[in-house]
Amino acid sequence: MSKILIIAEHDGQSLNPVTAKTVACAAEIDGATIDILVLAESAADIAAEAAALSSVSRVLTVENDANANALAAVIAPQVVALAGDYTHVFGPSSTFGKDLMPRIAALLGVNQISDIMSVQDSHTFKRPIYAGNVVLTVKAPADRPVIATVRIASYQSVATGNSAAIESVSCNADLPSHTRYIELQSGSSDRPDLQTASKVVSGGRALASSENFDLIYALADKLGAGVGASRAAVDAGYVPNEMQVGQTGKIIAPDLYIAIGISGAIQHLTGIKDAGTIVAINKDGEAPIFEVADIGLVGDLFKVVPEFTESLE
Amino acid sequence: MGAAHSFNIQDLGNPFVDKILVGLKRVVDYNVRVRVKSDGTGVETDGVKMSINPFDEIALEEALRVRERGEAKEVIVVSIGSSDAQQQLRTGLAMGADRAILVQTDQAIDALSCARAFLEIVNRENPGLVILGKQAIDDDNSQTGPMLAALWNRPQATFASKLELNGDTARVTREVDVGLETIEIDLPAVITTDLRLNEPRYVKLPDIMKAKKKPLDEVPFGDLGVEASPSLVEASYEPPAEREKGIMVDDVAGLIAALKDKGLL
Repeated sequence: MSKILIIAEHDGQSLNPVTAKTVACAAEIDGATIDILVLAESAADIAAEAAALSSVSRVLTVENDANANALAAVIAPQVVALAGDYTHVFGPSSTFGKDLMPRIAALLGVNQISDIMSVQDSHTFKRPIYAGNVVLTVKAPADRPVIATVRIASYQSVATGNSAAIESVSCNADLPSHTRYIELQSGSSDRPDLQTASKVVSGGRALASSENFDLIYALADKLGAGVGASRAAVDAGYVPNEMQVGQTGKIIAPDLYIAIGISGAIQHLTGIKDAGTIVAINKDGEAPIFEVADIGLVGDLFKVVPEFTESLE
Repeated sequence: MGAAHSFNIQDLGNPFVDKILVGLKRVVDYNVRVRVKSDGTGVETDGVKMSINPFDEIALEEALRVRERGEAKEVIVVSIGSSDAQQQLRTGLAMGADRAILVQTDQAIDALSCARAFLEIVNRENPGLVILGKQAIDDDNSQTGPMLAALWNRPQATFASKLELNGDTARVTREVDVGLETIEIDLPAVITTDLRLNEPRYVKLPDIMKAKKKPLDEVPFGDLGVEASPSLVEASYEPPAEREKGIMVDDVAGLIAALKDKGLL
């Protein structure tokens, strides 16, 4: 039977919603027991959130000042020290998980399965390659631990309301001091988080300036949506990179995605393929974005978008 | 500034690292729309344009800039793969790398074996810095950098958008989901590159000619003594599910009606 350990992603205060999506993937494995591991400076609040996730059996906490910031080189040996009883160790395919999980896999002497998009059985998974243009079915060896990252856009968060047991555990691992956290610069925003928002409005190069992105923000705020951007808009300097949607940015799956002035390069489409409904507004009727759009509107965004925003109550 | 590789090492003052190792993977060019073979056993690569993995090109550019600032003496490009990868190594030499190593194998190499082979080269060359792409655009695995760092028991700084060397440490800005994180790491270390680290230079014709004379060593993969890893079995390949064809609306009123129809407004 599968015993799965999930590494919680958090910011030191609260659990990142990608953790609940990682649990959803693990719960697809028949008869699996799922534990969540919280490595933090102070774990109580985070652990309480993790314990509420359905399908979770136990939440294990390791409190250590060295875990104040998620440094892969510091976290990996602790996970390895605690992974002994588990058949699977999963993390989200966020920058946190992509940084950490391969380090764990190498220490355990196995290959990692990156970006699980569906579970076939306990050791067989589907994952995207070539920017999502090919789906690969891959089988992990049955006699070794399965180390994987979960493509969060492929999963809905599990429900809450559970009250799993929370246990503080100690962990005997040599923690390196060769990697030191300095700072995090984060664009503070009251808008919904791009990666977990149910609605997202994105702007592309056609916005033509940083100031014109106000049109996108105004529409997003009316809709209660998160805001994204194409790589072209990021490269042109209109918005910071953390807003980038696509193969080289964030892969997202909101219920509603509105692409404004985005032509639809393959690498952008890779990031939105799993959106529920895609709306495209673009003045070029031949733009590839219309090939994937559920609702398309050919028109000048500088006219259409303000009109759209005003029509919303 | 003249051709980078004409630098005289004595003029460099006191570089922070002797050698920088850069990984170059030969991949299907990013402009190619790949197709799954009709029998589902792989991806069509016959007659398809092959290139250096774009993130690896950024890795090489960064290494060259570090050397050109006088902070490193030598840039070595390494590829693991078939003899065809000589082409990508020659391009790397033309960009300005000093020498190249091809770990030659005709077998497909998984990420762990790749990291282990890289570690053998690291143990031979003792670089102060290894710079790799954050992911290859073919398998999109994003594993080799952190795996190498783990096996080498050294720091990793993944998704780098800024790199500053300072004596025996480096300060790296990383592109993480919530913004830009800065960490400090002791050298030697492994860096993996993100897109905004730099814009790689174009190769000029005279540099291609010069690159032909630069050393390119071939090491058979089997000679490295890499332990066999428990490989994943690649069972089948298939194209992704297509989205259904959508509708076009004429104006904002039509858009709002369509969204209401779907219960999204």
